[in-house]
Amino acid sequence: MASLKDIKTRIGSTKKTKQITKAMEMVSAAKLNKAQGKAEAFQPYIEKIREVVVSIASGSDGVSHPMLEARDEIKKTAYIVITADKGLCGAYNSGLLRETLKLINKRHSSPDEYGIIVMGKVGRDFFKKRNMPIFQEIIGVADQPEYSDIKNIASTTVQMFEDGLFDEVYVHFNHFISAMSFQVTETKLLPLTDFDEVVESGEAKEAAPKSDYIYEPDAETILNQLLPHYAETLIFGALLDGKASEFGARMSAMRSATDNADNMIGELTLKYNRARQAAITQEINEIVSGASAQN
Amino acid sequence: MKTMQTNVVTPDGSVFSGQVEMVSAKTQAGDLGILPDHIPLVTPLAIGAIRIKLNNKVELIAVSGGIMEVRGDEVNILAESAEVPTSIDVARARAAKERAERRLEQAKKDNLDFNRAELALKRAINRLEVSQNKI
Repeated sequence: MASLKDIKTRIGSTKKTKQITKAMEMVSAAKLNKAQGKAEAFQPYIEKIREVVVSIASGSDGVSHPMLEARDEIKKTAYIVITADKGLCGAYNSGLLRETLKLINKRHSSPDEYGIIVMGKVGRDFFKKRNMPIFQEIIGVADQPEYSDIKNIASTTVQMFEDGLFDEVYVHFNHFISAMSFQVTETKLLPLTDFDEVVESGEAKEAAPKSDYIYEPDAETILNQLLPHYAETLIFGALLDGKASEFGARMSAMRSATDNADNMIGELTLKYNRARQAAITQEINEIVSGASAQN
Repeated sequence: MKTMQTNVVTPDGSVFSGQVEMVSAKTQAGDLGILPDHIPLVTPLAIGAIRIKLNNKVELIAVSGGIMEVRGDEVNILAESAEVPTSIDVARARAAKERAERRLEQAKKDNLDFNRAELALKRAINRLEVSQNKI
């Protein structure tokens, strides 16, 4: 049986760990709050751009753009994988990377068929260890990222698609549902085929009254500028979403760690008290038997 | 005087929102002034300053390219980045300007990244001018 001193030391160290996890939980909660605000501030921007693109695409002159067309032959696919820079956030990283790896292995037989663009240290190390082709990487993204932080990697990715290096671009990230839960999500970034559906469905008709715009200089020029930018912004949106999930995941991971520490401290304290009681009983026994031996 | 709702939004959130009398922006074809009841219009913006006029006061906002959408009673400016003079980091803009100038010098020699440096220089100059209310 562990000595009194050993148990006491363990209680002490568990208490310290609890303090740390508790602090991390609170920090994550604050960061989550900010990240959610940030994601909300971003929404109007992306919706406005979408509205303009839809109204141009649904215009009567039937404008088309290479970024809107699905390519006949898919030679190479890009995956943008958004992970965190550090762990301690439950299944946030592992769940996402496992899904991505599974999908890639299912879809592709050789590493020549795909490329990975990775954000976050955990993801980078994961793919590097498996010798998978990383085209671009960015680590140390701020907790509350600014658009300019990732503009470079986003525009290079879109440029790679335009140059024909990739024929399809997917984004893998954890979609934020609530502070307690998130979902591994894959969305197709490029080509922007989902506009076709919007245009064909009723949504475009709703937007139609607004679509009597004058395009200065012309619709094509605007699309040329707007579409790459739209794609870049979508990457930023996924990053914001991922960040919010990260803090949510870290918060709940740290909360359960704190709860576990509480349980452990309870058990250890009980053990400590029992051991102390046993020691006292033994001491009394010794005194009593010593005294009776003298009589 | 008649006013219209004007919003300046960036991926990092809204920068300006309110009723104004006139908006003047630098488009890729030149300066463009918008008054209330303008016909619907969509146009790309160049790197430059947006002037917002209200009660004879003019407010400046530095934008680094984007799109302007006009719809009768509403003007939406979707910019990659937009800053009011007070939020411009002058020291950073100055450093960016010097860096861009150096790059341009080098780029002339080996003709690399010329466009990029030029854009960076334009953005930096635009920020500096707006921060000093020069436009």
